[in-house]
Amino acid sequence: MNSRKYLVLAGVSVFAPVGDSLLSYGMKQVGNISLKNIPDLLLAITNPWVALGIILLLGFFASYMTALSWADLTYVLPASSLGYVLLALIARFALHEHISLMRWLGIAMVSSGVGFVTSGPEVTRRPRRPDNDTVATEHS
Amino acid sequence: MIKHAISNLNGWLAILAIVLSSSAGDVLLSRGMKQIGDLGKVRRKRGFGFVMSQILRSRYFLLGVACMAISFYSLLFGLSWDDVSLVGPAAASLSFVVNAFAAKMFLHERVDGRRWAAALFVAAGVVLMAF
Repeated sequence: MNSRKYLVLAGVSVFAPVGDSLLSYGMKQVGNISLKNIPDLLLAITNPWVALGIILLLGFFASYMTALSWADLTYVLPASSLGYVLLALIARFALHEHISLMRWLGIAMVSSGVGFVTSGPEVTRRPRRPDNDTVATEHS
Repeated sequence: MIKHAISNLNGWLAILAIVLSSSAGDVLLSRGMKQIGDLGKVRRKRGFGFVMSQILRSRYFLLGVACMAISFYSLLFGLSWDDVSLVGPAAASLSFVVNAFAAKMFLHERVDGRRWAAALFVAAGVVLMAF
């Protein structure tokens, strides 16, 4: 792991929760959408907060794709879990949502759980297939 | 009371839709990106245009994006009914557990004890977050 890879993982961690929070803020302005008015979901992207949230989520997507190109899926997802803590802080202090003690405990457990994974290798090493395997397949 | 129950039910239905579609999307995207290789290295060797063309021509990528689009609109639906601090972490954490199974089955990743232990911690965390 080099600094460029850590930066990519930081991008995955930060862009997702901030983008989600902006979406939440925007969707609260849009109001509840019932199953009868599903097309309203498409119009929701005209809300500036939803639009800004989408831009940040595009940043998340670019970082995420880059990370997936050199690390396991089961490494990338937990490695970006610090975002949950950030999400809780945003929900509490920017959106003024109530976070109960149980939810805080849950967020802490999620974060510590994923800590296990990040202490291991980031990618599954696969043994190289010997050249004669390919030849054998070609001649069979 | 009933309105609150409907709101909760819609929130959890959205979470289920997010988990299933995003897990399918994650597996497809991961397979597509692994086929292309380290995007940073490929970009330095062949240029940004080459990387973009490889990504956009990948069937796994296109299918993955379609799944992610379903997941995204499920998220918007869920956020309009419930708190961001519940829908966001619950969907993402459950996705992590489902992803661990999917990654082992479909991507043949080495999901060792450390990774399973993490899945249990995450699952417990999700239950606590629902209170």
